[in-house]
Amino acid sequence: MSSPFPWLSFAIWIPILFGIYLLAAGRNHRPGGVRAVALAGSLVSFLVTLPVALGFDAVRTGLQWTELVPWIPALHAHYALGVDGISLWFVPLTGFITVVAVLAGWKSIESRVAQYYAAFLILSGLMIGVFCATDGLLFYVFFEATLIPMYLIIGVWGGPNRVYAAIKFFLYTLLGSLLMLVALVYLYQASGGSFEIAAWQRLPLALHPQILLFLAFFAAFAVKIPMWPVHTWLPDAHVEAPTAGSVVLAAIMLKLGAYGFLRFSLPIAPDAAHALAIPVIVISLIAVVYIGFVALVQTDMKKLVAYSSIAHMGFVTLGFFIFNPMGMEGAIAQMISHGFVSGAMFLCIGVLYDRLHSRNIADYGGVAQVMPRFAAFMMLFAMANCGLPATSGFVGEFLVILGAVQYQFWIGAIAATTLVLGAAYSLWMYKRVIFGAVSGPKVAKLQDIDTREFLALGVLAAAVLWMGLYPAPVMDALHTSVGGLLSQLAQTKFVPGSP
Amino acid sequence: MEPLLTSSAILPEAILLASACLVLITDLFLSDRQRNLSYVLTLVGLAAVAAAATVPLFTGVVQYAYGGMVLTDPMSAVLKLFAVLATAFTLVYARSYAASRAMWRGEFFALALFTLLGVMAMISANNLLVIYLGLELQALSLYGLVALRRDDPKATEAAMKYFVLGALASGFLLYGMSMLYGATGTLDINELAHRINQGQAIHSVLILGTIFIVAGIAFKMGAVPFHMWVPDVYQGAPTPVALLLASAPKLAAFAITFRLLVEGLPQLAVDWQRMLAFIAVASIALGNVTAVAQTNIKRMLGYSTVGQMGFLLLALLAGVVGGNNAITAGAYGAAMFYVVTYSLATAGCFGIILFASRAGFEAEQIADLRGLARRSPWFAFVMTLLMLSLAGLPPTVGFTAKFVVLQALVSDGGSDTMYRIAVAAVLFSVVGAFYYLRVVKTMWFDEPTDDHPLEAGVDMRAVLTVNGLAVLALGILPQGLLALCNGAVLRALGG
Repeated sequence: MSSPFPWLSFAIWIPILFGIYLLAAGRNHRPGGVRAVALAGSLVSFLVTLPVALGFDAVRTGLQWTELVPWIPALHAHYALGVDGISLWFVPLTGFITVVAVLAGWKSIESRVAQYYAAFLILSGLMIGVFCATDGLLFYVFFEATLIPMYLIIGVWGGPNRVYAAIKFFLYTLLGSLLMLVALVYLYQASGGSFEIAAWQRLPLALHPQILLFLAFFAAFAVKIPMWPVHTWLPDAHVEAPTAGSVVLAAIMLKLGAYGFLRFSLPIAPDAAHALAIPVIVISLIAVVYIGFVALVQTDMKKLVAYSSIAHMGFVTLGFFIFNPMGMEGAIAQMISHGFVSGAMFLCIGVLYDRLHSRNIADYGGVAQVMPRFAAFMMLFAMANCGLPATSGFVGEFLVILGAVQYQFWIGAIAATTLVLGAAYSLWMYKRVIFGAVSGPKVAKLQDIDTREFLALGVLAAAVLWMGLYPAPVMDALHTSVGGLLSQLAQTKFVPGSP
Repeated sequence: MEPLLTSSAILPEAILLASACLVLITDLFLSDRQRNLSYVLTLVGLAAVAAAATVPLFTGVVQYAYGGMVLTDPMSAVLKLFAVLATAFTLVYARSYAASRAMWRGEFFALALFTLLGVMAMISANNLLVIYLGLELQALSLYGLVALRRDDPKATEAAMKYFVLGALASGFLLYGMSMLYGATGTLDINELAHRINQGQAIHSVLILGTIFIVAGIAFKMGAVPFHMWVPDVYQGAPTPVALLLASAPKLAAFAITFRLLVEGLPQLAVDWQRMLAFIAVASIALGNVTAVAQTNIKRMLGYSTVGQMGFLLLALLAGVVGGNNAITAGAYGAAMFYVVTYSLATAGCFGIILFASRAGFEAEQIADLRGLARRSPWFAFVMTLLMLSLAGLPPTVGFTAKFVVLQALVSDGGSDTMYRIAVAAVLFSVVGAFYYLRVVKTMWFDEPTDDHPLEAGVDMRAVLTVNGLAVLALGILPQGLLALCNGAVLRALGG
């Protein structure tokens, strides 16, 4: 397999080309045609990600589906792609969520439709690029470029306070990633002029530069995830973003940060990661517990789910920094599951918002009586959000808690409070919105979901159940790569003979 | 002594001079309606100059002429090409704006061409006096251009300010040059370096001369603390003139900085690098922070230029003079890449401002771009690319430029100070991103307050499109230009 079929390039560029086509040829006064092209584009883009997952050899170590073309020889930068067990599943996940996102905005977006769908398709390609890039500079270009379409999505099609939210989102994440840029420059110099991430991972480094590098990467990824206390952009961005924007933001964009930890922070600065593990664990636990309580008191559904996302991502970072296989695999499973569940939750809120134009929990009540099919779907997703067994949410949370208990009993115990808190905020919101008496004439007139919405929620529900009942394909692919990562983490990178 | 005009080394300049004179004379016989003939003539002249300027790129030789007073090498060829390009863009973008404001006259073309001649003289100069002559030719032409609308009080004020401060800066530079001459007894740049290297010069005089030279250069670039004229002149000058001012002369400023400091004074590198470090960081900080407070877009671009020039200087202070040639060439190549792409992006930005203006209406405020995405989605997209490029975000070329500069900054083994400067520079870039993004926000998120149709000729639309897409294409595939710059600098350093 010296030069495998370039499926990864297809996965990156097909959605981008569809997006460019929509920008160039899409006519806003004929939204029907634009939507059809966008849907076709997202479906084709999703389909070309499938061979990547199906043809993946779970037992082999190292990168698969690699592509290597010189990109900027003057800087020794390559157009280098490849996936391992860690990044593998994010590629189809991104394609899948993009299909859902296209369906989500089908009716509610009426202005500048072509540009709207173009932004989503281009964003999808760029995010897949982030997961596949094995060259540091290429990674950075994709990582940063994702900001631009998301900035426009929030700012153009968002809610009343969209401008503030969009700029806050952009500047917050830019601040973090520019510090990462300095770290990349340092690594480029230290490795004697190479952008190959694998070479950086092998590079011996003393503790002091490792800590600085770790902090620079941390600035970029912690903001992106987001971790407490740099999470404040996320609720704003979610509340103002259009439904599909929230779906993509929660399902994929947050994972870019967590993925960065696995690709850069941990393997490049393993000693710093060990030295700084306790602070990171503490921050993660604060995210799990404190943000869990914050979610509980929200009156706005979108804000509630946004905070619950932060709490769930706290679980992910906790899983990374307890340095055992269960924690690490659980965290990655949690990332994938959260992609389905948070996307589905935002989609549910979008369904309600499209009808009543309110995200206030208090404006609803008794929705189950008028929208029974919708209520059933939302029940499943709310359960998955609090980690009920047989849903995808369970796998990750359970493994991380087990891993945490193995690492230190009390950390596991504190982390386990999420089971209570998650259930509290998810189910309490569900109860107030869906059950009870019909709250008013507006709610009484609600129409149940149509075929399009049924389809979008249905595929997500299938994914949530599949991952909950039969996680083996995902977990099998993870084992080898996580084992490799953990063995890298267990070795010091100090230069022999230096302090 | 060679006979005049036989050396191919000054062929582009000779063609330029001839076409400037031709345009000046032809235009006397043209009525206002026939003015487009001058326009076409000027563009044809520029095309011929560009063709002549490319020759050294293919031959790759360094050619001296007139007793070593001027030289042509691949570096000067690249810089000249982009200077010609920037001037041509200026004329194309200016056409409808100038025509509706009684600026579409022969003087406009002739002065623009003479400005370019000054720029090209500086780029090819290998002699202190030739540098000075080129500088003065450029400056005098620009003073005239800024004051071209003599009934406009703001333009007159800007011209006055520019003239007084520009003359002062020229004085600084000339004074510095006279000290170098006094210390070494030569005006030839190579000879200057040679004599300093042999220890024939008095060090204290050299230092004083270097200080004045650095001050003069900083003035011309518009770097802190000599930046005060930049925002005022950008704001007051007619927009096409501000465009010309912001693009081609920056290429010349880079060229003379390279010739004077790197080629002429490598022995004093430790001294001037320290000065440049201060100037660079101060420019990045002040330029970016002050730009945030601006509501006038031309003024904002003025302050943004201050910040951008700071970034350019970062690359210049990094190169290890006399060390490993490949690393040094990488550093100065980065600076050259930066200035070339900067002039490209800035030209496009002013082009969009001209595009948004029309007869009787000046697009001056950032708010005048409100809702541009609805009025002209395509050019709003182009402007977005340009703004992202100036902000230094991928996938535009501005990112590559900032990246190679940061890379160059730490290429010298990467001392802690350099990393601190790099961190400071990127932090101020975040501040910079704010005001560039605000323009993007104004175009995309705000509703238009003005629904006059935006009119522009085919030539302007085509060139603006090319300009915007070039910024994107060079960002995605920068190798060609990067290798060109690195190779040209390596050649200039004698590698």
